[in-house]
Parts: sequence; structure tokens; C-alpha cells
Amino acid sequence: MTRRAAYEARQRRRANLIAGGSTVAVLLLVIVLVPLAPGWEAVRASFFDGEIFLRTFPDLARAFLLDVAIFAWSVPMIFAMGLAIALARGTNNPALFPLRIFGAVYVDLFRGIPVVLLVYLVGFGIPGLGLPRPWNSPYIWGTVALVLTYSAYVAEVLRSGIESIHASQRNAAICLGLSERDTMRYVILPQAIRRVVPANMNMLVALQKDVALLSFIGPVEILRQAGIFKSLLANFTPYVVAAVIFLCVTVPATRYADYLMNKDRNARS
Amino acid sequence: MPGPRLSLRGVTKSFDDVAVLKGIDLDVGRGEMLCLIGASGSGKSTLLRCMNGLEPVDDGQVLLDGIDIAEPGFDLGPIRQQIGIVFQSFNLFPHMTNFDNVCLAPRRVLREREDSLRPRVEALFERFGLGAHMRKYPDQLSGGQQQRVAVIRALAMKPQTMLFDEITSALDPELVGEVLDVLRKLRDEGITMVLATHEMGFARELADRVCFMDQGVIAEEGPPDMIFSAPEKERTRKFLASILR
Repeated sequence: MTRRAAYEARQRRRANLIAGGSTVAVLLLVIVLVPLAPGWEAVRASFFDGEIFLRTFPDLARAFLLDVAIFAWSVPMIFAMGLAIALARGTNNPALFPLRIFGAVYVDLFRGIPVVLLVYLVGFGIPGLGLPRPWNSPYIWGTVALVLTYSAYVAEVLRSGIESIHASQRNAAICLGLSERDTMRYVILPQAIRRVVPANMNMLVALQKDVALLSFIGPVEILRQAGIFKSLLANFTPYVVAAVIFLCVTVPATRYADYLMNKDRNARS
Repeated sequence: MPGPRLSLRGVTKSFDDVAVLKGIDLDVGRGEMLCLIGASGSGKSTLLRCMNGLEPVDDGQVLLDGIDIAEPGFDLGPIRQQIGIVFQSFNLFPHMTNFDNVCLAPRRVLREREDSLRPRVEALFERFGLGAHMRKYPDQLSGGQQQRVAVIRALAMKPQTMLFDEITSALDPELVGEVLDVLRKLRDEGITMVLATHEMGFARELADRVCFMDQGVIAEEGPPDMIFSAPEKERTRKFLASILR
């Protein structure tokens, strides 16, 4: 071992010791101090009841499948709509000027309204028109609310990606005789979409959580199912179960997004 | 012999308040190899970019086979297939293999069928010594190889005229030679070529004619021997002295 390597090993050992020691100290404090709080017994009984945890877990996991399903059918619509809006905003054909205005208004509008508010407005308002079954389904209008909000975000992400592609790429394509349309489709978009994959991954993580907002307008997905159990059992543990189930999905997804983002940063530096 | 392939008449071009081209008159004959030399910022690149309509000119005419392609509103789409251009920074499409880089425009613009396109493009790669690199991506190649792919990409459109915008300036010195070899081959085929270049030795060896540009005008033009050995203008002498030192 060189002198430098020995020194670095010593430093590393020291850093690890300090990190381990301080972590143990904090954990001990939490374990010792929190139970000393006057309301701890009540909180433990109503939020962390092991028996209720195990009893409600299977049903909640099943209800979560509905969240996954809503997520799964929303995503393609969000990306199709987001792409359409991004392209509409980028057009410079005078005949398509109305589309451009529409794109700008769409993004401003749906990025500016809280998702939960849009879920209420669309989810209760549109079926209120007296539409016949199945067109009054909260699944349809809840999905529409999610698609409206998230496609506005995705449109902006895609637009930033499109604008990040250097003008020389466009010039090269145009000089080969490619039309504007082919240039966008074969040269600009494939590069732009790749570049914004990490940003869109974060968007998907947020969407997965916001699917739970649909519980406010009817569908018995995990959040609503947890609410039902709460009322039934007079205990909040089902909410903790729901949180744990969400974490099982969102933590790996977030880590993966971070990994992609780092890889992208390293590739470009 | 019919008229020149490309003629410029009184071409001017400004960026904001900066006049980059101040009245250019120039003829390029069929099969001629013309080199544009001059200091950075003298207008060589802009002149090339005006020749294929990538930069719209402010005033004057750009006549390709006698047709004014600088006419405002002129449809440049079909013209661009006839004039290939290669840039200093290659500008290959990084998300496609080298083969697909070359095939994209023939597929989409010429609507060429795969069974005739494939052998044709493969032959081009072989000819320029890149047969082994067709299936790789541009970033797996050296700068000189990438620039050769860029030349192949332009050639695949079967242009009658090729413009080269300082195509060796971004290369490491040991890679310049392989790219210049490509130009030698093209010259033998009789493609009309206009090069903006800093490679004075190359210009002297191969150019039919050399134009020295200075501050937005063609200060002097003539056969390479005359320009390099016995320039008439003082500023040509100064420029050559500064780079040949």
C-alpha cells in the first residue's frame, strides 16, 4: 500500500466510525424519547397496531392495484397529449397560430390549478351535466383531470428538451433537404425525448402518488379503502399501511430516476 | 460549355449592424474546385451558407444553373438536394448509427428503395475506408472518421455541388490528412466544390482557383500559384505572411 492509500484508508475508517456512532446515537434518542411523550401509548395503539396492519394489508394491496391501473392507462394519454401540446407551442406556421395560443393557454391553465381542485371540478362538474352511463364514471373524469394537469407539465418538459437540441442539428437536417416535419420527427424529437427521460421519470413518481386524489370522487382505490378500514376498525393503522405500500413503489422509482439523471449528467460532462 | 454552375451577383449580408458580406461577385464553373481563404471573421463561412440558402442574403442574386435561389420565397427544398454541405463540427446525428445517418435523407427525401440504397451506401463507406464502422455510432469514431461520415452523408444525396466549411479546423493535426484525401478523390470525379479552408498547402495543391476574402469582400482571386507566389494586393501578402510564418 502506498503512503497515500494508507492515509486514505485511515481517513475512511475514521469517517465511517463517526457516521456509525452518530446514527446509533440519534436512533437511541428517538427510541428512548418518543415513548416518553405523554400521548405515545394512544398514538402507538391507533397508528401502529401490528395485528390490524397484517389484517388490512392484503385488501389494501389489492386496492392499490386500482391505483396502478389508473396510472397505467393515464401515462400513454399524458405523453400523447403532452407531445401534441409541446409541438403545437413550437409551431411557426401562421395558419397554426391558434394552436400555438391554445398550447400556451393550456399549459398556463392546467399547471396553475392544484391537481386536487381539478379532480373535484372535472370529476363532479362534468358528470353533473347529466351524462348517461358509462360517461358519468368518475374513472373517466378523474383520469381526464390527471391527464390535463400532467400533460401540461410533460409538454413543458418536452419543449425544454426540444429547445436544448443545438441549432446545428436542425441546420444539418435542413441542408440534406429534409422537410421541417421530418427534421422534427427523425432528428430533433428522438434526441429531445432521450434527454428529458429523467425529468419525466420524476413526473411519473409524482403522478403515481396523485392517483390517490381520485379517491375524493369515488373510486375505491387504496386511500379510500384505507379510509373505509379506518372507520370500520376505529384505527389509523390502515393509513400507515397505505403509506408503506406507496413507498414500496415510489422509492425504487425515485432512485431509478436519480440514477438516470446522474448517468445523463456524467455522459454529458 | 454552358454557363457557370453557381454565380453570385452583388451579394450582401449583415447580422444586426455588422456587415459580413459587402457585395460579393463570384462565378464557380462546373467541376471547378474553388478555395476561399482569409482570416477568421472575413466572411468565408457566411458566404458558403448563403450559397445553399442556409443564410438568406440581404440583397443580390445567388444563381444556381441560372436560377436565382436567393429570390425571397423561393422553395429551397429541391435545391438543397443538389448542394451538399459539410460543416466544421460534423453535425452528425448522435442517436443514429453512421449507416442510418447517411441513409436518412435518401430514404425520406429521395424516397429511394432499400434494395438499391443499401449497396450504394455500403459502397460509399467502403470507398472512404469506413466499411468497418457503418454499424457504430458517431461518438465511437475519431474526429477524422466522423468528418468522413459527414462527407458520405452529403454525397449520398448525389449532389452536383459540395460546400465545405472549414471541415478540418476541428480536427487533431494527425487526422487532417485522411479528410483531405477524401477531397482529392472527389475532385477527380468532377463534382463542383467550394471550400472555406485554412489548409494553405492543400489549397495550393488542388484548387483551380483561390479567393482571398478580407472584411466581407473578395480582395483578390486567381490561380493558386499566383495567389500564393505573387499576390498583387498588399493585404493578401500581409495575410499570407501572417499564416505562413
